[in-house]
Parts: sequence; C-alpha cells; structure tokens
Amino acid sequence: MTHVLDPGALTGGGSLTGPLPDPFADVTRSNDAFRAFLHGLPGVDQVGAQARVTQLGTRSIKSTAKAWAIDTAISMVDLTTLEGADTPGKVRSLAAKARRPDPTDPSCPAVAAVCVYGDLAGVATEALTGTGINVAAVATAFPSGRASREVKLADVRDAVANGADEIDMVIDRGAFLTGRYLDVFEEIVAVKEACGPAHLKVILETGELVTLDAVRRASWLAMLAGGDFIKTSTGKVSPAATLPVCLVMLEAVRDFRAATGRQVGVKPAGGIKTTKDAVKHLVLVNETAGADWLSPDWFRFGASSLLNDLLLQRQKLRTGHYSGPDHVSVD
Amino acid sequence: MTQLFEYAPAPESRSIVDIRPSYGLFIDGEFTDGTGPALKTVNPATEEVLSEVAVGTEEDVDRAVRAARRAFVKTWGPMRPADRGKYLFRIARLLQERAREFAVLETLDNGKPIRESRDVDVPLAAAHFFYHAGWADKLEHAGLGPAPRPLGVAGQVIPWNFPLLMLAWKIAPALATGNTVVLKPAETTPLTALLFAEVCQQADLPPGVVNIVTGAGETGRAVISHPDVDKVAFTGSTEVGRSIARTVAGTEKRLTLELGGKAANIVFDDAPIDQAVEGIVRGIFFNQGHVCCAGSRLLVQESVHDDVLAALQRRIGTLRVGDPMDKNTDLGAINSAEQLARIRELAAYGETEGATCWQPEGELPDRGFWFKPTVFTDVSPAHRIARDEVFGPVLSVMTFRTPDEAVAKANNTTYGLSAGIWSEKGSRILQVTDQLRAGVVWANTFNEFDPTSPFGGYKQSGYGREGGRQGLAAYLQGEHQ
Repeated sequence: MTHVLDPGALTGGGSLTGPLPDPFADVTRSNDAFRAFLHGLPGVDQVGAQARVTQLGTRSIKSTAKAWAIDTAISMVDLTTLEGADTPGKVRSLAAKARRPDPTDPSCPAVAAVCVYGDLAGVATEALTGTGINVAAVATAFPSGRASREVKLADVRDAVANGADEIDMVIDRGAFLTGRYLDVFEEIVAVKEACGPAHLKVILETGELVTLDAVRRASWLAMLAGGDFIKTSTGKVSPAATLPVCLVMLEAVRDFRAATGRQVGVKPAGGIKTTKDAVKHLVLVNETAGADWLSPDWFRFGASSLLNDLLLQRQKLRTGHYSGPDHVSVD
Repeated sequence: MTQLFEYAPAPESRSIVDIRPSYGLFIDGEFTDGTGPALKTVNPATEEVLSEVAVGTEEDVDRAVRAARRAFVKTWGPMRPADRGKYLFRIARLLQERAREFAVLETLDNGKPIRESRDVDVPLAAAHFFYHAGWADKLEHAGLGPAPRPLGVAGQVIPWNFPLLMLAWKIAPALATGNTVVLKPAETTPLTALLFAEVCQQADLPPGVVNIVTGAGETGRAVISHPDVDKVAFTGSTEVGRSIARTVAGTEKRLTLELGGKAANIVFDDAPIDQAVEGIVRGIFFNQGHVCCAGSRLLVQESVHDDVLAALQRRIGTLRVGDPMDKNTDLGAINSAEQLARIRELAAYGETEGATCWQPEGELPDRGFWFKPTVFTDVSPAHRIARDEVFGPVLSVMTFRTPDEAVAKANNTTYGLSAGIWSEKGSRILQVTDQLRAGVVWANTFNEFDPTSPFGGYKQSGYGREGGRQGLAAYLQGEHQ
C-alpha cells in the first residue's frame, strides 16, 4: 500500500497538529450565515457513497490482518447497556466483562469504555477505577433530546458528577431539520462547557436525518461546536449505524482536520453486530480518514452483542475451531 | 513504511482452472489443431507462459467460416427463435456456474485485478447472454420491422482489455438474432474465449454456431476479409479499425466498429466532490486504464481545481497496485510489454511537452509489466497526452471556467465514445449532456455498463451500437442503423 506523496495535499500545506487560525470563526455569526456555510459544503451523492462502501466491503481481511483487526475492534468497543431495566448488578457485570472480555485469555485487550445511563455512571466508575477503562454516560434527555436546555445541562452535570469520563449527548433533531442550526450549535457549546474535563460525543441520530447531505452538515456543525467525537446513533432509532453514513462522517473528520488542524473521533453505534461488520468499518476508517483514526482515541464502536462475536472469532483464529455461544458470557 | 493496518495477502486460488499446455482452434463444435505455428500466451503479472495457442491460418479461417455457414443454413438459422433463446439462457447460466473459473483465468491471462474480473467482467458477460436470450423470440417487437431476418455469418474480432466481456458483447446479440459467428480473440488473451468454447460444448450448442479461431493480426485479417462473411464486427484500435473499413469498403459486408476514445470527465464546482473523486479514479484506473471509454481527460472547474486535485492524490495514494490475483488489489498489470512501451512513450511525451507528472509512492513488482497510476497536471489541449489515446493508467488534467468552455474542450477530440459529468444540479447535467458529442454520457458515475444500454461512438470512435435494442439492429437485415 502506498502513501500520499505530497503530505501538503492533505492540509493545503499546513501542519497536521499545530493550531491553525480558525477559518470558520465567523460562520456562526447568525443563523443565516451558518446555514449558508453548511449548505455550501459539497453535496453527497447517495448512489456513489453506497458504491464506495460496497467496493470497500469486498476487501479480504485474512490471517494476521484479521487478528489485528479483531483485537483493535475489541479495544474500540464502548460496551453499552441502555435499558430501562438496567441495574447496578448488570453494570458491574458489564464492567467485569469490559476489563477481561475473555477470562480464559489474558492477552485479549480490554474494551475502551462502558456506556450507561447517567444515574449508573457512579456504579460503573466504582467498578472500573484504576483500569484505564472509561465510563461513558448518555445525557441530554437521551435518546429523544426532548427536554429544556436547563434539564439537559443538569443531566450532563449529574453524569459528570457521578464520574463519567465521556458524555454522549443527542442533538436536537427537530431544530436541525427545521433549519435552526444555530440553536443546535449553541446547545452543543453549552453542553461542552457543562462537560468540564469529560469528553463530548455528539450523537447525530442519522436515522432521523435520513439524507447523507444532512449527515455531512450535522457532522460539521457538531465539530465546529467543539464535539470531541461525532456519533451516528442512539441505537433506539432504525436504521442506526450504516456504512455510507460512517463513510460521510469519516470524510467530514478528515476534511475538518485538514482545515482546522483539530482531530475529531467517530463512533458508529447500533446495529454493528458481527466481526465482519466491524472489520468493514475498520477498512472504511483505514481507507477514508486514514491510519491516524485507527485507535480507540479516535474511533469507537457503540455496541453490546458485537463484543461476543469478536471474542468468538478471536477464539476461532487462535484455536482453529468455532466454539459455541456458551463460551462467552451473556450480558 | 509499514502500515498500521497491513492487509495480509489474500490470493485467489488458481487451482479452480485447469489450463491445458496447448489449445487448438474451436471449429464446427470441436477443438482441432491449427495448421500454423503456435503462439505463447503469458501472464502479464509474472511473464510466466500459461499455454500455447494455435494460430489460425487463412485455411483454418475458411474451415471455420464454412462451418458457420453450414450451421446458419442447416441448424441455427431455421431453428425456432424460442429454442435459440434456450441455448443462450443455458450459456448464461453456465457462465454464472463457472464464474470463478472464468474470473481466475481472465485475471491470469489479462493481468486485471481478480476483484474486477469477479465483480465486473464475468457477471456482465453473463448478463449480456441473459439479456439477449430474452430478445431471441421477441425480435418482431423490437421496432426493427415486422419480421427481422439475420445477416448470416458474422466475423468478429475482439480486443484484449475485456476478453470475455467483449466476446459476450459480440456473440450474444449475433446468436440471439439468428446469426452464426467466427470470432477471433486477441493475441495476448485467448484463454477465456477457449474456455467459452468448452461452455458451448457443455450447452450442446449445435456445431458451427460459434467458432473460435485464435491468432494475431493475420488471422483477424483473414476473418474480416473472408468473402463468405456477411457481417464484420470489430472492437479495438482506431488504426486497425480504419484498415478494416478499407478492406470491407465496396463489399456487401455490414460493418460495426467500436474503436478508441479520449473521454472527458467534467467536474463542475457544484459536484459531490468525494464521489467525483471516486468516479475519476474509476474512470481512468479501472482495468489499468485499458478501457476505450476511459475518462482520460479530467476537466475540472477552476474554482475547485485545487480541492479536487488534493483529494484525488490522497485517494490515488490508497490504491493497491500489485498481484492481480490478490483480492485486495485495485490496479493490476499492464497487459503486454508492447502496451507498456506505448504507455511509457506517451507519458514521456507528456513530460517533454511541459506537463507536470505525479505518481504515488510505492514499489512495483520486479517481474511482469507495470505502470504506476499517473496524473498529469498543467496539460494543454495541444499536448499529445491530451489528444492521443494512452490506453493506460494515465490521467490528463485540464481546467475550465464556464459550462461553454467545458463543452468546447470536451468535444475537442477526434474521438467521441463517452463522457462524464459531475454536478448536483440536474438542469446543468441535462444542458451539458445535450451538447456533448459522445455515444455514452455518464452523470455522477463513470464506467457503468449494462446490456440494456446501447454503447458506441461518434467520429473516430467508430459506428454502430452494441447492447440494447439498437445493438440488435447491427445483426439484422434492413436499414436500421
């Protein structure tokens, strides 16, 4: 595999890491200006995007590459439980699994984070102290986002107070789809401020945005507002993460870094259930945003059942045969 | 430099194909020895000799034409059209059943990536047979007269860039309309045509309906100049096409020619840039650029030139060049030493004439015929790389300011096979398309083929159409063309 010959081609000559003068400082001066900016982003051809992910889906990832991909994918999992019936016991059990996904094999990496509702963030924090595994909490009236800003911000502060290292917020899709871009932007800015030291993941809920043009605009909006990650979905709306959506978001973070020097992560969430899906996503990352995103700092999978399939495939690679679903723990 | 995510080799197994040490000519339903000396066919990715193939002489061609004539008069011509359709359906299904075998053989003989032979060449070849099988008993509804009649014996000469697919484009419509054929595959890529001959046997196609005569230029000349051939169909270079037109002129033979191209791929500033970049890559690097309708001239609107070029270079940097049998290879081997020499020569002209050459980093394999994906910027419409068909992975980039200028530059070529437009604005697409003198115009896509869509050129790109209803006319009597 070859490289970009001219590294300046990526950045227009600038450095990748150093702070650039903010070229977008004034695009949020009014809703009209912001709309003009977002609608001025290049369009996305749905058919072409689909064709691209179909082509990348034929990449054949075997042997050493597959082993690397599986371990990397495990280390990128945000092991998630977001049910009304969640209990402290379930969260502790999930935390145990997060630390040692495969109890029979100490070489199996730990996952990146455990993702829970804010009220259980304390339980998760306690169970994960000293492990290096982050606690992520969904907030801002997840999953609908239908609450006043005060309530949303209180939700965020509560989760942070309970020890959350990462906050997964939802955007106001109603405002976004009616063109009130500045409202959405300001809310993200406010949430980011309320996060304090916690990292902010901005859930676009792409299943409600529907078009890839809207996904690209929402991605830029969230990045300009200071989101550390952009995330596809809550997992409560279908379709959740899809490859074309992920492609467009990866293009967005790539272009955003080239323009501003700031790197933003991507998290597809919901609907990624098999190792094959996960590997397809990693190929997409590798060939769209590039290797700089191939780490848990910049790419995550929001998933629950995915982990078990990754573990089964990992065992298969090591032992040469498939073990049954009873060889991994049910959550 | 090592990659973080290094794809392990994923070679397709070649054990599925059984390449014989030598092949004869397929005449009258049987493989027979040729009377001339054999030629060797090599794997362009390794220079390994794959097999020896007979060279058909004038005498061999005459035997093949006589077999085709017999079959036309005795079996295929009088056959119920619905039964002809059954044979074509059977061939189509066999192509699907043996798809992997065809794909592997095509990649070995041609050098194209297995991903393309597997996902494009072979499925499309089968689709052409399915499509034309459906027409076989419905020709009177094709709008080509109340009872369209076949021409007789078709002499067909095909190129090396899509050996099986071009065979399908030629044989499927000829058989569906009731003709019989003598086909000469390209000198460097005869193997899938010979495997197709086996499929004809497997399908119990009556002897003589399809005859495959391998060989080089002399054999092709014998096919097209044989007095008992009623129809000549050729796909290949404009130079050879011109000489064929001269040979056929003044005879009763009907002629269709599908020749070279120098297609413009026009990117407007309101294009979906990421998809346009994919389309540019697909337009010029698909099949190593060995595509007559390749988008070899990129016309970019000035206001997005820098963005498009940066994105294009980044994207080309991710192309995987190498072993065509690896399932992850994007760009395979150049088909022959001769073609590689021609690409090098034209690329060298590009540099001496003042264009700027860019190629991605990376090593090419030691053996075999290879050329890196190449982009020329600062190209003037007067440069040879902007005018001559390179037939390789070489893109010439030019700019334009207004739609009128784009149209003028796009049409400023002696060819007229295809063109591409990238814009999110539907009205612009329609307006510009109307003014382009090209047989196929793609909007927001490129190199997309379908048997229902007629394909063919303006000007020196040839005449006649292949595919669709229009393609049938080329094999039927009457003034339909």
